[in-house]
Amino acid sequence: METLQKIAVPTLAILAFLGLWEFIVWVNDWPNYKMASPSDLPPAFARYSHLFLEMGWQTLWRTIAGLGLAVLFGTLLGMAMGFSRIARDALYPLLVGFNAIPKATLVPVIALIFIGQHDFNTVLMAFLISFFPIAVSVGIGLSTLEPEYRDILRSLGASRVTIFRKIALPKTLPEFFGALKVSVTLAFIGTNLVEIVSPHGRGLGALFKSGETNGDYPLMFAVLIALAVLGIVLYYAVVALERIFAGWAERPQS
Amino acid sequence: MTNLIEIKGVTHAYRTKAGPLPVLDNLNVAVPEGEFCAVVGPSGCGKSTLTRLVAGLMKPDQGEVWLHGERVTSPRKTVGMAFQNPVLLEWRTILDNVILPLEIVAPRMPQRDREARAMHLLEMVGLKGFEGKRPSELSGGMRQRASLCRSIVHKPDVLIMDEPFGALDAFTREDLWQTMRDLRAAEPFTCVLITHDLRESVFLGDQVIVLSGRPARTQHVLRVDLPADRTIDSLYTPEAAEMLHLLRDQIRIAQGRDGEVH
Repeated sequence: METLQKIAVPTLAILAFLGLWEFIVWVNDWPNYKMASPSDLPPAFARYSHLFLEMGWQTLWRTIAGLGLAVLFGTLLGMAMGFSRIARDALYPLLVGFNAIPKATLVPVIALIFIGQHDFNTVLMAFLISFFPIAVSVGIGLSTLEPEYRDILRSLGASRVTIFRKIALPKTLPEFFGALKVSVTLAFIGTNLVEIVSPHGRGLGALFKSGETNGDYPLMFAVLIALAVLGIVLYYAVVALERIFAGWAERPQS
Repeated sequence: MTNLIEIKGVTHAYRTKAGPLPVLDNLNVAVPEGEFCAVVGPSGCGKSTLTRLVAGLMKPDQGEVWLHGERVTSPRKTVGMAFQNPVLLEWRTILDNVILPLEIVAPRMPQRDREARAMHLLEMVGLKGFEGKRPSELSGGMRQRASLCRSIVHKPDVLIMDEPFGALDAFTREDLWQTMRDLRAAEPFTCVLITHDLRESVFLGDQVIVLSGRPARTQHVLRVDLPADRTIDSLYTPEAAEMLHLLRDQIRIAQGRDGEVH
């Protein structure tokens, strides 16, 4: 009964949403070029199915590559800030300043520096937009480690590396995954930003752009749906990883 | 009998923005091997600093700390620590938490032997059947029991406890005193216990050291002449009452409130 409810309620909600969408378009008698309706989408998907697969893959791997770099770089930066007061004082204002720049403005800058390197530019943008939350959360997680945790191992003569591996790293994992959930969404935005803006781009963003250029509104809406699906997949992949590596942080339901 | 722990003329000050803050002033403590030394004193008098010095986590400005006839200048593997906060690792089971010090101190010890050793201790403190649980599933008293097991799992020469029972309710605390007494009977260790609870110091201690207010000096040393197999009832004998009264007076002096009406 409970599982049925778990599946049925969200499904009904989605169907109700699609129905409402279809109804609004029909009642207002909007033409396709104003707003496509859900019934226009399956034909669009069918017609361009190979493009959706190819472009979806492009978007997916670039997002994951950018996010992977963000995890690597963000964790290292967070470690530096978490362990060293000086590093924290030096890096924090720089990071906040960099994060304050709307990343859309960096697209032309990057495009000029690395002309024509579409894959590289896209991955770079996904990385630039998404490393900040990871760096900050790892930094805060490490710097707020209670001294007693360190002392139980330090009093036994354990090295800094051992203390990091056995205590600091696992203790920071819940914060890390919290940040990763934000970062994965950001990386996805970064990827699409470059794909849409770059001339001769690839990926779902470029498919969206070509829909716009050709006045193919059902295609544009179909891309939006595909992006939503891909975004959900990415998000829940992170949730699954969190369950595996930091499942202990979930309190048992009482 | 030789002194396992010897603190000779230790003076220490913390550097703060407002200038040096002296916490320990020419402190002298001697604990013979196998003895239980309880340290009491007013709040903020430098008791925790004392534990960090004995553990080798800090070096004193002046004076020396000796363990086993060796001068302490850095952490040693032969020390166990327990704090008011049980600091169990949430991502490990109770059993794996207890094993943790062995992973550092005895990296080559077979896992099976580590688990057997940890299980033996868990059984002694009444946590049999809880070894597979996470710390968050246990009560405060049970977590502190697990923390005690962890602090002695590697058979340290010296156990240093910084108000380990301070956050527990009165009855749980008395239960843990008895657990402590039984653990000590089963595997002898030398212990320094920092506490605010005078009854605790008399129940567990062979000697009770009263520190003066900050900066802390050794103000009074009380030998506790109660039998080793004390019970909670031992605290209600005239001898115990007399000792508790004496300690209370000493604390009042340490707080600088000797002249007040009480």
